[in-house]
Amino acid sequence: MARIDLKSLAHSYFPDPKTDEDYALRRMEHVWEDGGAYALLGPSGCGKTTLLNIISGLLTPSHGQVLFDGKDVTQLAPEERNIAQVFQFPVIYDTMTVYDNLAFPLRNRGIDEKRVDARVREIAGMLDLTGKLKQKARGLGADEKQTISLGRGLVRDDVSAILFDEPLTVIDPHLKWVLRRKLKEIHNKLRPTMVYVTHDQVEALTFADKVVVMYGGKVVQLGTPQELFENPAHTFVGYFIGSPGMNIMDCKINDGAAWVDGQRIGLSDRHLDAISKQSGKIELGIRPEFLTLETGDAAKGSDGVEVNITKVEDLGQFKIATTRFGSSEIKVKLGEDEQVIGQSGVLRFAPEWTKLYADSQLVA
Amino acid sequence: MNKITNNKAWFLVLPVFFIVAISAIIPLMTVVNYSVQDIFDPQTRFFVGTEWFEQVLSDRRLHDALIRQIVYTMSVLLIEVPLGIAVALTLPRKGWGVSASMVLLALPLLIPWNVVGTIWQIFGRADIGLGGYLINLMGIDYNYAQNSMDAWLTVLVMDVWHWTSLIVLLCYAGLRSIPDAYYQAAKIDGASRWAVFRFIQLPKMQSVLVIGVLLRFMDSFMIYTEPFVLTGGGPGNATTFLSQFLTRMAVGQFDLGPAAAFSLVYFLIILLVCWVFYTVVMNAGKQGEQ
Repeated sequence: MARIDLKSLAHSYFPDPKTDEDYALRRMEHVWEDGGAYALLGPSGCGKTTLLNIISGLLTPSHGQVLFDGKDVTQLAPEERNIAQVFQFPVIYDTMTVYDNLAFPLRNRGIDEKRVDARVREIAGMLDLTGKLKQKARGLGADEKQTISLGRGLVRDDVSAILFDEPLTVIDPHLKWVLRRKLKEIHNKLRPTMVYVTHDQVEALTFADKVVVMYGGKVVQLGTPQELFENPAHTFVGYFIGSPGMNIMDCKINDGAAWVDGQRIGLSDRHLDAISKQSGKIELGIRPEFLTLETGDAAKGSDGVEVNITKVEDLGQFKIATTRFGSSEIKVKLGEDEQVIGQSGVLRFAPEWTKLYADSQLVA
Repeated sequence: MNKITNNKAWFLVLPVFFIVAISAIIPLMTVVNYSVQDIFDPQTRFFVGTEWFEQVLSDRRLHDALIRQIVYTMSVLLIEVPLGIAVALTLPRKGWGVSASMVLLALPLLIPWNVVGTIWQIFGRADIGLGGYLINLMGIDYNYAQNSMDAWLTVLVMDVWHWTSLIVLLCYAGLRSIPDAYYQAAKIDGASRWAVFRFIQLPKMQSVLVIGVLLRFMDSFMIYTEPFVLTGGGPGNATTFLSQFLTRMAVGQFDLGPAAAFSLVYFLIILLVCWVFYTVVMNAGKQGEQ
């Protein structure tokens, strides 16, 4: 297991990149700590797979270095890096049995058969493949094939890191959950460095200790699931994580408050201090969880933002109210017992959870 | 549950039945007819039972032709299949090279059989043919019209030139269908170049290779036109393969009975070999799946 450093790493698929748009990965500094379980989260096309392939050595970055435990491996081929990777679609060796598939990465490295046998049986046991070891791999279903791919990634115990490239895409939902827990279990037991690429926030948040959010070829935030939720460093993190995502509105700062569509939203001194030094496009963000909606009698005389309520969805354990004022649409998360009376109400913003962004970056 | 029985659907099979009858079964029955009778004219014919079969099966010249044919077909397969795979593996996977090599490879396949024979007949001549001239220039005494080994080799090289492309194109199509992830996974798993070929490329090419081998087996086992144009079966009988032997018997000597009997044997050999090959290959892959 190893600590992985990315030093001023950038990659472009063009031979002669000029603008930022030519880069699939913008210049980044990043450290994957030894034994960490990371999720790499982001929308399609944000550079997740590019980054993963650079770490595994399938791709040589056009700029910067990759270090494993301080050793520069940028120019090394995947087989020289000692790394395991599991791909989005199952890759199995059709003509081999399940056993031989699992043993393949070990045998290629000349490990003696006794050790191979022990490892294969151990991993097969963890993944519930023991009964199928003697079968030909080609006759199996998609999720069993992907389980074999996972097994091939886990079977070597000396790898620097195990990389997963959306490995559960083809697995059906029930099994997804089982396999994800298995991976978590394996991580707790063996503590390998794991990097798990996904565009599914639930998958990322349940699997990982630390989540790396990528957007437009950049890492926009690295943090624990809680940090991502409470303190999104970028508006993208705000609305990508959480369900529904963060409410984000254009605003102006005036008179010691934020003004959105002519409505005043109170700010703390902390906000005002930080924002006074910023220029650029200012946005205000708040999670639906941190808004209070008052309706009926409770709304009378309450100070806050007056809104129209356009929709209330009851999702069982909670309700989502969609409210509107001016051109802004704001979603509010309500407890299952909270009642919404009438078509209008007053929204109150919790100042400690109100975030200000300048050019999409968190200010305060 | 009551099944509704409606046998009218069988009428839909009738057109196919007639077409197959006219195109295959009736001509084949004619051959069967000839093979068990001695026919002088429509009124004068005698049933001879298995006499023709016994006669052809004990014919020494036919044994020789059969052995020549088997050796030839095996040589064709042993050269063309590995060579085809090897060429397919080295072809470019993208860029202008793809279309260029496709066109080049397809060219020999587009040339009519008898023209191929003519091309090589001239190409191999020591006096006016480039190939024959160059070989003689290197100090090798080469003459396909007189030396049986030279003739045999020339027919073989001609076939390799003509048909290896088919195997290449089939294999190339098979190779192109392998997703990149397989190669990437193999790299990560530390597989050697040989292991990649053995465990990824070869299994993915299996189905097209089966077709390729079957086509090349049938075609080369029935080869007629090219050696007929190139050597006429000579010198001596060095390049007289089964088809030519059969033609000589049927059209040259007008021994229709033995020729018909042999046609059936010939047909059965091809059918049997193809069936055995196909069944063995297809079952080999299925073992252990249950």
